[in-house]
Parts: sequence; structure tokens; C-alpha cells
Amino acid sequence: MTNYLLTLVLALVLALWSLHTSAQDPRRSSFDAMSPATQALQRDDSQNPAMLWVKEGEALWSRAPVSGTKSCADCHGGLSRMRGVATRYPAYDTSSSRVLNLGARINLCRTNHQGQPAWRTEDSARLSVEAAIALQSRGLPITPPAHPALKAAQQRGATLFASRIGQVDLSCADCHTTLAGKRLGGAKLPQAHPTGYPIYRLEWQSLGSLNRRLRSCLSAVRADASSFSDEEFVAIEAYLMQRANGMPLETPGVRP
Amino acid sequence: MARTLITVPSSARRGEIIEVRVLIQHPMETGYRRSSEGSILPRNLLRRYTARFVAADAGGAGELVFAADLHAAIAANPYLSFNYRATTTGKFVFAWEGDEGFSHREETVLRVV
Repeated sequence: MTNYLLTLVLALVLALWSLHTSAQDPRRSSFDAMSPATQALQRDDSQNPAMLWVKEGEALWSRAPVSGTKSCADCHGGLSRMRGVATRYPAYDTSSSRVLNLGARINLCRTNHQGQPAWRTEDSARLSVEAAIALQSRGLPITPPAHPALKAAQQRGATLFASRIGQVDLSCADCHTTLAGKRLGGAKLPQAHPTGYPIYRLEWQSLGSLNRRLRSCLSAVRADASSFSDEEFVAIEAYLMQRANGMPLETPGVRP
Repeated sequence: MARTLITVPSSARRGEIIEVRVLIQHPMETGYRRSSEGSILPRNLLRRYTARFVAADAGGAGELVFAADLHAAIAANPYLSFNYRATTTGKFVFAWEGDEGFSHREETVLRVV
């Protein structure tokens, strides 16, 4: 009986604590600002179009790209063993001495262990595998690892995030920190926490990566996306994930 | 080969109303858009979706339970759902037809207890 009471009290305290912390944390996922219809699309896996890519990713995981090569599952085992992996990317990779996002890390496996040409950033197959892996971490908090090289990338990303760019002369921070929550035309400016990537964006009518989302923001401020290097894009990604540290991953997200 | 996501309960009580949800991957290209190189993207639409129910004891082509004509301006990856009163054990046969000779078929068994 005392055990039962103790558990009850503990549960109550924990519930109150989580309520307290969520009320304290001013960070919000863009999910909260979406219309109820779009939220329903993300909540229900049977309606979420991104699940079509997840299904493809699950098939690719256990299929060898050509006969005689290894499949992802041959080394890593079942997809469920990838639980938590997506919460740690971008991360520093010692073998290539670079900071890589999850998609680039998948490509590394593909070129090194499967002997296949790397997938392009927006390749449907790459997004599918990425989504299938990230789905395993759904609900887990984003936890960027501590590494000096990653820290350098995060700092570089923070600088880029605060620098004014393009003909419109705006920085990422102008919209997504200073003016977040206010309206830009009909749309509410989000805080830009990358909690659901790869996302199914209704505007794209397909799955897309964070890189693609960044490029579409760059064209919105009329900056030249081609003047940014891959390292700079990954640095921004690393900074954004650090900024969203502790927020739950919700892949595969749906966004308007 | 199109990917589909079909959500149908595997079994239902006799007389129970079940929801049948079907999502298919398709670009639903209108024919009015241009590619990044400037050329017109050829029209590629799903034209017709049908769902038939084939009772296990009757066989044959079964009974048409839901159908839809699809047009341009319907979103990519169309999702359609309908309600169905389960009466006998059998299978749903979902079929899509579209431009460029697109044709796809899926089946799902429904057990009535």
C-alpha cells in the first residue's frame, strides 16, 4: 500500500515537474503553430504521406544494393537498433575528419561498405533511409554530442545564423529569433527548430531535407544558395540542433 | 511500382462499420508546371480509383464499394478514406489507373467474426 502511494506521489511530482518545465521552456516546435488539419496529418501514421518514404526506407535497409554487397541490416541489424541515432546528428566523424549530418553519414556507409556511388542530397532513396532511421528516435530528446570539432561547427553556424544576407538583408535570427511568433503575410514565423526532419512539406508535395529547407529560406531573402559551401550548411544544421537541444524529435514531420 | 499505405482492420464483427484508409504515392503532375530547366512537366495524373469487395464465398470480381475520379489540383500522394459495413469475410481490391499507362492494384483481407 505504501509502495503504491509512494509511486502515485512520485508520478504526480514528475507530472507537475514536466508541466512546469514545458511552461518554462519558451521554445516551441513549429508543430504547435500548424492548423489542426495539418497536425492531424502528422499525428496519424496512416495519413502521414511521409510514411510512404519510411516504408521505402525500411525496404532499402534490408536490401543489398546489388547482389554480392552488404545491406544496411547485414552490419547494423534491425532498424530498431538505430534508436537514438538521429538525435545525435550532425556529429563529428573520425574516419573522414568532418562534421556530417545523418544523410552524409548514410552516404559514407554506402560508398565505403557497399561500394555504391553516393546519393545526392535530395535523392528519394537517401531521404527514405534517413526517415526510416530517424523514425526510430521519435519522441527522444535531441542530444548533440560534445566534441571540439562539432562545437566549432556549432559556433560557425551561430555566426552564420546571425549574419545578414541577401538582397533583403535579413539574418536567420531576425525572423526566427527576434520576430518569431509574429506574422509574415499569412504565415506565422516559426522558431525554426529542426525537430521533424526529413519533413513532408505540403508546399513541396514530397519529403525534403533540412538542407532543402535552408535553401528555400535563402531564396526567400534573395541570397545566393550556391555561394554557401556544404560545410556551412552542415554548420547551420549543427547550430540549429544545438539550439533545439532537449526538444523531442518528431520525424517524420508534416509542415505547411 | 507505386508505394501504398493501406489501413484496414484485419478483422471486424458482423455489421460493424470500419474505416478504410488508403494512401498512394503519386506526383499528380498537372501539366501546367515547369521544371527548373524551363521545360513543361508533362501531365501525369491518377484518373480513377476503385475499391471492390470480393466476398470469400462468392469470388469473381466482387462488388464496387467506393470509386473516385481524380483530376488536376488534387494533391500529390492522394489519401482517400471511406466507411464500410462489414458483413462477410473477403478481401478488398484497390485499383488505380492514370496517365502514362499507370496501373496499380493492392489487396487486403478482411475477416468477419
